[in-house]
Amino acid sequence: MEVLDIIKPENQVFCKTKLMTNAALSYCPGCGHGTAHNLTMEVIDEMGIAEDTIGVAPVGCSVLAYDFMNIDMTQAAHGRAPAVATAIARTWPEKYVFTYQGDGDLAAIGTAETIHACNRGENIVIIFVNNGIYGMTGGQMAPTTLPGMKSTTSPFGRDVKTMGSPIKMTELVAQLPGTYYVTRQSVHTHKNVRKAKKAIKKAFENIKLKKGISFVEIVSNCNSGWKMTPNDANKWMEDNMFPYYPLGDIKVNGKLK
Amino acid sequence: MSELKLMKGNEALAEAAIRAGVDAYFGYPITPQTELIEYLMSQKTEERTGMVCLQAESEIAAINMVYGAASTGKKVFTSSSSPGVSLKQEGISYIAGAELPAVIVNVVRGGPGLGTIQPSQADYFQSVKGGGHGDYKLYVLAPSSVQEMSDFVEDAFDIAFKYNAPVLILSDGLIGQMMEKVELKPQQKRRTDAEVIAQCGSWATTGKTKDRERNIITSLDLQSEKMEARVHRLLKKYEQMEKEDLRFEKINCDDAEYLIVAYGSSARIAQKAVEIARSKGVKVGLLRPITLFPFPKKQLFDLADQVKGILSVELNAGQMVEDVKLSTEFKVPVEHFGRTGGIIHTPEEILEALEQKIINNGSIRHHKTRESSIL
Ligand SMILES: Cc1ncc(C[n+]2csc(CCOP(=O)(O)OP(=O)(O)O)c2C)c(N)n1
Ligand code: SF4
Ligand SMILES: [Mg+2]
Repeated sequence: MEVLDIIKPENQVFCKTKLMTNAALSYCPGCGHGTAHNLTMEVIDEMGIAEDTIGVAPVGCSVLAYDFMNIDMTQAAHGRAPAVATAIARTWPEKYVFTYQGDGDLAAIGTAETIHACNRGENIVIIFVNNGIYGMTGGQMAPTTLPGMKSTTSPFGRDVKTMGSPIKMTELVAQLPGTYYVTRQSVHTHKNVRKAKKAIKKAFENIKLKKGISFVEIVSNCNSGWKMTPNDANKWMEDNMFPYYPLGDIKVNGKLK
Repeated sequence: MSELKLMKGNEALAEAAIRAGVDAYFGYPITPQTELIEYLMSQKTEERTGMVCLQAESEIAAINMVYGAASTGKKVFTSSSSPGVSLKQEGISYIAGAELPAVIVNVVRGGPGLGTIQPSQADYFQSVKGGGHGDYKLYVLAPSSVQEMSDFVEDAFDIAFKYNAPVLILSDGLIGQMMEKVELKPQQKRRTDAEVIAQCGSWATTGKTKDRERNIITSLDLQSEKMEARVHRLLKKYEQMEKEDLRFEKINCDDAEYLIVAYGSSARIAQKAVEIARSKGVKVGLLRPITLFPFPKKQLFDLADQVKGILSVELNAGQMVEDVKLSTEFKVPVEHFGRTGGIIHTPEEILEALEQKIINNGSIRHHKTRESSIL
């Protein structure tokens, strides 16, 4: 059998996500951001809604999401993506509007915008990549940094007595009547990738129902910020992040689980 | 059909926005601006024209909502007063950097800090020197009547869309709160989504269709050369604004021996002062900048060859006076007069200041006994 026989379209099980551009990803090798981007674009492509989708990029490592996602995108100020998306969704009610945000962006500086967009039940999707750290600025403590976890601004480990406890934003917004679907996923194994994609798909499909916000947290790694190899980072995430941030649906079809 | 009504400045601006076919408003209550958002909310704008009006959770959220709607080519505005406008500055800087059309209204109150809810012009520096971070300017319109509160809405959007740049309507608690007769323009249709795409589709994020590349709204340029190119692009706009869209009003300037420069509410009071002075035979003129950026630099430079001195009258501790001095290149004495804290100067106070600071200035030392009152 020739190589060309094997790479026939019908034999193809994996290819580059169509809605991703050809720009080289600027993320560190092993970083979950790239996979989260892929999944989001795959869902939009498969749903055939690319022409009607407007994305809002945050400030954080994924500030350049618009370099990689081949759709119309607006880059928001640090933490303000839910406000930006609110206005786009309100003035273009038939469009699919989503934000893509890190944990510093969504759960620290943008807490008010997150809570209030969720509380108003804006008809948008929020994709929240929680890596427990400020990746972009070089590994400072985030509101989601685990107790005892070291960062450049908590070099002796996060002391909850003086620095507070990590905030579970996803559980918090699930309490608000404006959220329709709230889930926590990860993208570090094949199995989790498949689950996360299903969740993202459900979130985008919910936009058609106009019943409120769909909020998808992706617990992710930051091997650079955590100062670990990609493999060690994933193992550390399973052992430490998942117990604090358990995976799974928290609210489905407007009902808490 | 246009319509004659008695309205507060804030309400007139809000009504004019609905009639101008504005697509969206995002704001947050603060005195002395609150009538604006209250009026909009009372009008059921979604039913009247389809205009979206939303009370945001903060001024920060409101300006970022403006950024969002503007990034899709919609006609959108926000309003606030001084402390709230301070909160908006990061967002305004993003709007300028990302080159988006938007209108911001500041119904100024006294400061610093929580200050006072009374009228003031103490946000001049913030308004014309940038306000937020980075190399940018706002096109600044300064209404001095309820009629102008109404008229400037359309003018502001015209400029915002001509340049893809933020425009500030710099009002104050006096113009915002007072009632005057106003002629309202007839209702215009809001653009349809298809019309928005036809007008702004080359840059706005309205959804990437197959026939074009994706549109990206951002103010980020990690490459220095690109960032500098962006700054140069902005500078070009500001130069063009200075050439094509400067606005000012000259009152009794032709034969003036002394000049008052004043904008907004101060200009109204200064105009009365000019009348009184003229009735006493003192030739005083008034230059009213209608745009504070662009500033009537050339007009002031020329007038400086004609008049003996200039008084900059402002409801603040001395801000625009710096631009008057720069424009006149120190050819004639330029002084400032202004009350602060929400106190509004009277025409008599202005004349007293003119007499003391300008007319008698210099000569007073030689003629200590001189008694010429224009009051
Ligand atoms: C107003 C403002 N404050 C601070 C910053 C600096 N800053 C940029 S990214 C960032 C943290 C981002 O962390 P996160 O949202 O967790 O994203 P990650 O990089 O981890 O994906 C900070 C503090 C900024 N750009 N703007
Ligand atoms: S710094 Fe962290 S979050 Fe950013 S790209 Fe690298 S691994 Fe990912
Ligand atoms: Mg992070």
